[in-house]
This record gives sequence, C-alpha cells and structure tokens, in this order.
Amino acid sequence: MKRVFPILGVLTAILLSYALYQALVVAPTERTMGDVQRIFYYHVPSAWTAFILFFINFGASVFYLIKRRPAADIVALVTAEVGVVFCTVVLVTGPIWARPVWGIWWTWDMRLTSTLVLWLIYVSYLFLRRFSSSGETPLLAASLAVLGALCVPFVYFSIWFFRTQHPQPVMGGGGSIDPRMLHVLLINWLAFSCFAFLVCWSRYRLEKLQRDVDHAHALESLLAPRGSVR
Amino acid sequence: MSAPAGITRVSLLKDLRLEWRSKDAINSMLFFSLLVVVVFSFSFDPSAEESRQIAGGLIWVAFLFAAVVALNQTWAREIRNQVLDAYRVSPAPANSLFMAKTLGNFIFVSVLEALMTPLFIVFYRLRALGPAWQLLLAAVLGTWALVVNGTFFAAMSLRTRSREIMLPLLLFPISIPALLAMVQSTTAILNGEGARFWIVLLVTYDLVFTTVCLILFETVLNAE
Amino acid sequence: MNKIYYLFAAYAVTWIIHITYLWTIVHRYARLKREIEELKKPGV
Repeated sequence: MKRVFPILGVLTAILLSYALYQALVVAPTERTMGDVQRIFYYHVPSAWTAFILFFINFGASVFYLIKRRPAADIVALVTAEVGVVFCTVVLVTGPIWARPVWGIWWTWDMRLTSTLVLWLIYVSYLFLRRFSSSGETPLLAASLAVLGALCVPFVYFSIWFFRTQHPQPVMGGGGSIDPRMLHVLLINWLAFSCFAFLVCWSRYRLEKLQRDVDHAHALESLLAPRGSVR
Repeated sequence: MSAPAGITRVSLLKDLRLEWRSKDAINSMLFFSLLVVVVFSFSFDPSAEESRQIAGGLIWVAFLFAAVVALNQTWAREIRNQVLDAYRVSPAPANSLFMAKTLGNFIFVSVLEALMTPLFIVFYRLRALGPAWQLLLAAVLGTWALVVNGTFFAAMSLRTRSREIMLPLLLFPISIPALLAMVQSTTAILNGEGARFWIVLLVTYDLVFTTVCLILFETVLNAE
Repeated sequence: MNKIYYLFAAYAVTWIIHITYLWTIVHRYARLKREIEELKKPGV
C-alpha cells in the first residue's frame, strides 16, 4: 500500500504538467479575452473538484449519522477541508481573471456568488469541528453537513433568480464551448481530480495517525499508576 | 391531544410564562430594537431616495441581529438549571422540545419585529406600494426560517467553546438564501412589485429545514 | 501584454495555495511521528 502512494504521486505530477502544457500552449487563444482566458482551465476544474468533494462530504456525513463509523467521519472532515482549499482557489482565480477582462475585481455574478456562499458554509463547518469538544464533534458536524448540503440548491436557485432580475456581466462566458477547449478543460479536470484524491488520502492518513496518538495519550493517562490521582 | 403535541404546548407555555414574569429579556429587547433602528438611521440617511431601495435590506439586517441576540439566550435558562440533562433522560421526544423552543423564539422575535417595524416605517417614511399582505407573509416565513435554524444551531453551539460567536457563524451562511428572499421580497413589495417567487422559495426552504431540524435534533441533543 | 501577468499570477496563486496546504499536512505528520518516537521511549 505504501509504495502505491509515491507512484501515484509521480503519475499525477506528470499528468498535471501535461495538463498545464495543454492549457498554456495547445489550447486555442480565445478571441475576445486573449490569453488571459486560459485561467479558465484552472478556475473551472477547481470548482468542479470542490463540488464533488462537498458532495462526498454529504454522503459521508449521512453515512456517519446512520452507521456511526469513525472512518466516515474522517472522510467527511477530509473532503470538507480539501474542498475548501479548492474552493479558495476558485474564489482567488476568479477575481484575477475578472480584473483584466472586466476591469473590476469582483462581480456579484451567479457563479462567483454561489461559490462564495458554498465556501462560507463549509468554512463554518470547519469552525464547528475545531470549536467543539471531541466527543460530540462527529455527530454535530455530520448534522451541520446535512443542513449545509441541503442549502446548496436553495443557494443556486435564489441567486439565479436574483441575477435574472438584476443582470450583471457573466464570468466565464455562457454559450457553447470550442471542442478543443473542452478537451483541454477535461484533461485539467482529470489531473486536478487525481491530485485532489492524493491530497485527501494524505490528509486521511494524517487524521488517522492523529486520532491514534490521541487514543494512546488517553489510554496512557487512564492507566498511569504513578500518583496521577485527580 | 397527542402526547408530543401536548409536551410541546406545555413546554412553550412554560417558557412564555417565565418570560412574561421576568420581563428581563423583553425589556432589553425593546431597547435594543430602538437602538438598532436609530443607529441604522444615522448610518443610512433616511431622507435619501436610495434608502427606499435599501430599506428592505436594512430592516432584515436589523431583524437578523435582534434574532441572534434573542437566540443566544434560548438555552441559557436550561443550561443554568441543568434542565437539558433532565430532558435527555425523560421519555419526552426531543422534537417536542425543539418545537416548543422554536415556537417560543418565533413568538419572541415576532414581537421584536412588530416593535421595530413601526419605527422603521416612521423614520424611513416607508409605504408599501405593492400587495401588503405579501409583506406579512414574507415576514412570517422569513422569521420562521431564521428561528428554526437559529434554535437548532443554538443547541449545537452549546457544545462548543465560544458559544456566542458560534451561533451567528453557523447561522449566517446557511440562512443566506432565506435572507436574500426576505430582503428581495420586502424591497419588491415596497417598490410596487409582487414577490411570488421569493415567497414560494421561502415556503420550500421553511418546509425542508423544519423537517430536517426536527429529524436531527434528537442526535444533537444526545450527542455525547 | 500586461494582461498576461494575470494569467501567470492565477496559476502561481493556485499552486501556492495547494502547496501551502500540503506543507501543513507534511509538517503535522512529521511532528506526530516525532511524538510517537517520544512515546515509544521506555520509562519516561
């Protein structure tokens, strides 16, 4: 098992480099926005990856509420954290793209706004995990995750309607996409998905180790015979 | 009357009676409402034409802050007297307790809103140009959305450090769709348009979140 | 021409964010490993 990880790591690195080359060199230059549009190949796959991770978080949380398996709780924690990282990337690359194209750093456009709210929901989830005492954290966090996930359709719906009433420039362009661009987009998405998987795996191993150490500490203080009577 | 509903009623009446006797919270809330409206009036000039446009938002932000202050002390009394432990071991279903708390908070926050609204109307010279009954409907639905989630998260925050900050931290992100709906419907009605979409959204939101909170409350109450 | 800097900035920031996160994982892992070595030492 341990040897698989470095091999996958190297493969992912190669895939990411290939995807980068595709994005910077192979993909055709966009007509209106020019080369800056290539940010698209990092911005969109990060968003899709974040959504998938949050979806897995929802599944793991529901599973935990039903079955109470600690592994599910760790998966929920890991996917939320890594999801927030990818979501942060989306929220940072978005303005960097918007600035040269539209002259403004932020527009309350549908996609950016929804992503921001998503980010807020899952950051609040991470705060809950950090601030609650360890016994109850899995159950509380799982409950919050379910509520947060159920909120997502409402977020999209409400912001969509709001935007159709108060239209603003749409980032990333609507409409159909050149098949060559779609190809590069999918390659980058594949590369980032593999990368996300490896990051999640690493974080999972870290969390498992942390919990094992915590249990060892707890056990040690329980069994310690030397005058540790409270 | 079925047992769970009976428990809800008894719990709710107990809370209301305690509140009425102490008048602690009501008095501070009264003054708080007035303060909020005055502060907002200094921050957002009521005489400007733009204020009519943003009045919907102002009112709901004021309600939101008042609700958070009210929600934070939802469970305070129970904690002080270790009542929650008694509830946990009693055979009473957890969701009856949750309903009672939520209804109590709803009444409480509604009273606050009823106190603040005339002040806003007077200070900002507001007039509903659209269907006013929709305003009332939106207010009821919006308040319920805040209160049902708020009561749930208040119970969750009990188990955390920094209890008071945890409630708004958890409540605000998830309430954003409901907040948007509340503000947009209020603004629309004040400016003479209908708010049907937003009201339908609020109804759906309320149904979904009330159901899920009821289902999950037992887990949160008994989380060990 | 100026705009191309935004492209590189976006790509750079993406990797800065990812590498920072990965670094925190590696750092915590190393610290935990050290702690385990301490725990294993007999009779502390």
